[in-house]
Amino acid sequence: MNWLMSTLGSSIGKKLMMALTGLGFIGFLTAHLAGNLTLYGGSEAFNAYAEKLHTLGPLLTLMELGLIAFAITHISTGILLFIQNRNARPVRYARDERAGGRTWSSVTMPYTGFIILVFVVFHLLNFSFVDKTNTTIFEIVSSAFARPLYVAVYVSVMIVVALHARHGFWSALQTLGANHPKYMPTLMVLSLVFSLMVGLGFGLLPIYIALRV
Amino acid sequence: MKKLAPKINVTLKVWRQKNPDDPGHFEMIPASNISTHMSFLELLDTVNEQLTQEGKDPIAFDNDCREGICGMCGAVINGRAHGPEKATTLCQLHMRKFGDGETIAIEPFRARAFKIIKDLAVDRSPFDQIIQAGGYISVNTGGAPDANAIPIPQDVAEKSMDAAACIGCGACVAACPSASAMLFVSGKISQLALLPQGKPEAAKRALSMVRAMDACGFGNCSNHRECEASCPKELSIVNIARLNREFFKASFFSAEK
Repeated sequence: MNWLMSTLGSSIGKKLMMALTGLGFIGFLTAHLAGNLTLYGGSEAFNAYAEKLHTLGPLLTLMELGLIAFAITHISTGILLFIQNRNARPVRYARDERAGGRTWSSVTMPYTGFIILVFVVFHLLNFSFVDKTNTTIFEIVSSAFARPLYVAVYVSVMIVVALHARHGFWSALQTLGANHPKYMPTLMVLSLVFSLMVGLGFGLLPIYIALRV
Repeated sequence: MKKLAPKINVTLKVWRQKNPDDPGHFEMIPASNISTHMSFLELLDTVNEQLTQEGKDPIAFDNDCREGICGMCGAVINGRAHGPEKATTLCQLHMRKFGDGETIAIEPFRARAFKIIKDLAVDRSPFDQIIQAGGYISVNTGGAPDANAIPIPQDVAEKSMDAAACIGCGACVAACPSASAMLFVSGKISQLALLPQGKPEAAKRALSMVRAMDACGFGNCSNHRECEASCPKELSIVNIARLNREFFKASFFSAEK
């Protein structure tokens, strides 16, 4: 198992873990968005979706545990990479210009990642770890988004998530070695499409709910 | 009569550092009457002549062939490795790219793995350590082998040659926001991994070179693509994807440890 530790501990190994867990989150976001779209169907559709999700029982718990393991890996590796990369250039450039590679999305990855982490905690406290005995999840969501501050926070964080996914998606594929002149341009477009899908898909929901109430 | 090249006056904001332990500082040096036909290194030569005449220490900088093929020169000019021109080494950058009265920031290639020897002269021997770790093929001595004994498809040879265009200047490390050496290593891995002659040692090479790279203290690739944009030989990050594949193949599917 020594070889496995040295593989995962290497620079490329750490990027591999970031890529695999990142792609896991892309899968999660897709499923989460698909579920959330039921909000457009109104209270009944959304509550039915939530109920259906919970009938999965142990399978749901297993998926949640998987997500937690992915999150721990992604966050701890991300922090390590952030520290190592900062240390790799102890004296910064007095003038540092973009040569044409880096993007807003790529340079802000550690920071957008941190914002997403804080948001996830906030999000779980809002909608997951709440007393649901005398209410439905739709009512909880509606009352939350009746507050303009919540709408503002959710919408702006969704822009942050889109930024993170914009670089994360294609970057994960590049790390896995899936770069070829034949299909990389398509993957880059797909990465942009996915980030727009996540940004608009999740970002418009709080506005819709707020205007509906 | 031939028209003389227009002359410009510039101010150099240049990094001065006496030795590796000196914290270093910027120095403002005016350079007047600079012909726009001059290369950037000729500008430094001119300024150094002026400094020497004034009894001051000339600016130390790396250079050798001055025709863009040796990989010896390089500095960060106005925040860009090898300056603002694409696919160009510092020696091939001309003063016509700068405006009259401009202040030009000149910094050495900065990375923890690259120690500054003096001023702009940087120790890039970690690249040699990486090559020593596996950037070669083992060939028995004896009579020269027949040139076409091993058939290689033209497109494969081209890809290998594209990777082999790397001159090892270190601009990829200098330009990378994470000071990663992945583009350099990927070029050196790719040029051999693509060819039949490089296959027998491919797994061992990938593991040893990546380990050597990590041990030198370079950063981790974050796919910013600044390396590709700054490379004077325009190496593509397709090579980095290939390096990753070679590393995974070696790690998960070979007997090498």
